Amino acid sequence: MKRKNFFTRLITLTMAVLLLVSCLAGCGGKTDNKKNGDTASSFRTVDEIKSSGKVVIGVFSDKAPFGYVDENGAYQGYDVYFAERIAKDLGVTVEYVSTDPASRVEYVATGKVDIILANFTVTEERAQQVDFALPYMKVMLGVVSPDNALITDVEQLNGKNLIVVKGTTAETFFEKNYPEVKLQKYDEYADAYNALLDGRGDAFSTDNTEVLAWALSNPGFTVGIDALGNADTIAPAVQKGNTTLLDWLNKEIEALGTENFFHADYAETLASVYGAAADPDSMVVEGGKID
Amino acid sequence: MHSSGINVLFLGKNFLRLLGGLWVTLRISLIAVLLSIPLGILFGMFMTLKNPLSKAVSRVYLECIRIMPQLVLLFIAYFGVTRAFGWNLSADASAVIVFTLWGTAEMGDLVRGALISIPKHQYDSAAALGMNKMQTFVYIVVPQTMRRLIPLTINLTTRMIKTTSLVVLIGMTEVLKVGKQIIDANRFEYPTAALWVYGVIFLLYFLACWPISMLAKKLEKRWR
Repeated sequence: MKRKNFFTRLITLTMAVLLLVSCLAGCGGKTDNKKNGDTASSFRTVDEIKSSGKVVIGVFSDKAPFGYVDENGAYQGYDVYFAERIAKDLGVTVEYVSTDPASRVEYVATGKVDIILANFTVTEERAQQVDFALPYMKVMLGVVSPDNALITDVEQLNGKNLIVVKGTTAETFFEKNYPEVKLQKYDEYADAYNALLDGRGDAFSTDNTEVLAWALSNPGFTVGIDALGNADTIAPAVQKGNTTLLDWLNKEIEALGTENFFHADYAETLASVYGAAADPDSMVVEGGKID
Repeated sequence: MHSSGINVLFLGKNFLRLLGGLWVTLRISLIAVLLSIPLGILFGMFMTLKNPLSKAVSRVYLECIRIMPQLVLLFIAYFGVTRAFGWNLSADASAVIVFTLWGTAEMGDLVRGALISIPKHQYDSAAALGMNKMQTFVYIVVPQTMRRLIPLTINLTTRMIKTTSLVVLIGMTEVLKVGKQIIDANRFEYPTAALWVYGVIFLLYFLACWPISMLAKKLEKRWR
C-alpha cells in the first residue's frame, strides 16, 4: 500500500506542475495578445499603425545590397531605403524584422509584420496568400557558374546540380519547367553561395540582379544566363484584406514616381555594386508602371 | 589580396554583435534547460508508472515531440498558434516553450532509462535492510540514477545550445545569423571573411559548452 501512496502523490504532483506550466504558457499568450491590441491574429490598419507610432517591416538581413546589416548593426540596402521613406511618410518609426525567403509569407499572413519588403517577387501562388502593392522593381532569373564550367544555356543544366534557395522563384521555376535539373536547396543565401564556392553544385540560380552583383565581386564566376523566365516584378506585400494599408502603399509608390525616388534609391544603394555598366532602368520601376 | 578577412571582425561593432548573438542563443537554451531538467525528471518518473493510462499519455507526448522536427514545432508555436487562436506569442516565448517541451520529452526518456536500469537486486537488498519504499528511493535509487544521468544530461544541454540556431527561422538573430549577416554585408570587400567569422563562432560555441562539460566531469568525480 505504501508504494501506491507514494506514487499517487507523485502523479498528483506531476499533474499539478504540468497544469501550472500550461497555465503560465496560456497566460503569457494572453498578455501578449492584449499588448498588441485585439487584432493580434489579423492586420493593423494605417490608422492603427500611425497611432502606435511604429510600423513593423520584414526585410532581409543577409542579402546585400537589397537588405543587409552593416557593421554597426543598422539595416541598409535598396529595400531598407524604401522602408525608411515609408516610415517617414507615415510619420512613425520603423521596426525591422529579419526574415528568410521561406518564412516571408507566414510573417505577413499572421500579421507579425505589417509590410514585407524583402525582395518579394510577385507570383500567382503568393498573391493568393498576401496582397501585393504596386511593383518597385523588376527582375528575371539569372544563373551564375564557375568560368571553367560556364553554363550559358538552360539545356546544359540537365543532370547537373543547380543550387537554389528555398522559397524563391528560381525553385518553383525550375521545378515546373525543367524537372530534369537536379536541385540542391538551401535555406539561406549565405549557405547557397558557400555551396557554389566550394563546388557542391554546378551553378546557382536566383534573381538576375542578385547573381550579377555577386559575380562582379567574385572573380572566377560569371553569369552565363542573365535573363531567364518571364520578367517578374518585386513589390511590397501586406496581409490579405488590409485594404487601407494597400491603398496607402499604392498611392505612396505613385507619388514617389513623380520625384524619381527609386532612381535615387538605386544611385544610393545599388549603383556602386553593379557598376557603370548596368542600366538602372533594367531594374527600377517608377510609379508602379512597367513598360 | 589587400586585406585579410580577419579585419571584418573588428569593423564597427561586429564583435560585440557576435557576442550579443551568443547571448540570445544561451539565454533561450539555458532557460529551456533549467525548465526541462526538473520537468523531465518528473516526466521520467511518470513514465515508469505501471498504469496503462499514464503509459499511453506519456507515450503519445514523447512520440509526438520526438517525431516532429524542432523546426516544425517552432513554426507551429510561432505562426500556427497565431493563425489558430490569435495568440501572438513573441519569438522568444515560442522558442522557450518549444525547447522546453522538447527537452522535457528527451530528459524524461533519459530519466526513465536510468530508473529502470537499476537492477532488481538493489531493491531486494534495500528491502532486506528494512528500508521502506520511500527510503529505498531516496537512498538507493536516486543517487545511482543521478550518476547515470549526468553524462546524458550534459549531452542534451549542449545539443540544445546548438539546436537553438534554428530560431533564426522565426526571426531571432542568434549568433549564427549575426555571423551570416556580417559575412554577407562584407562579401564584396572581404570575400574570405566567412572562414574567420565561422572560426570565431566555433570558438564561441566551444567556450559556451566547455564549462558545462567541465562541471559534469567534476560532478561525476564527486559522486563516484
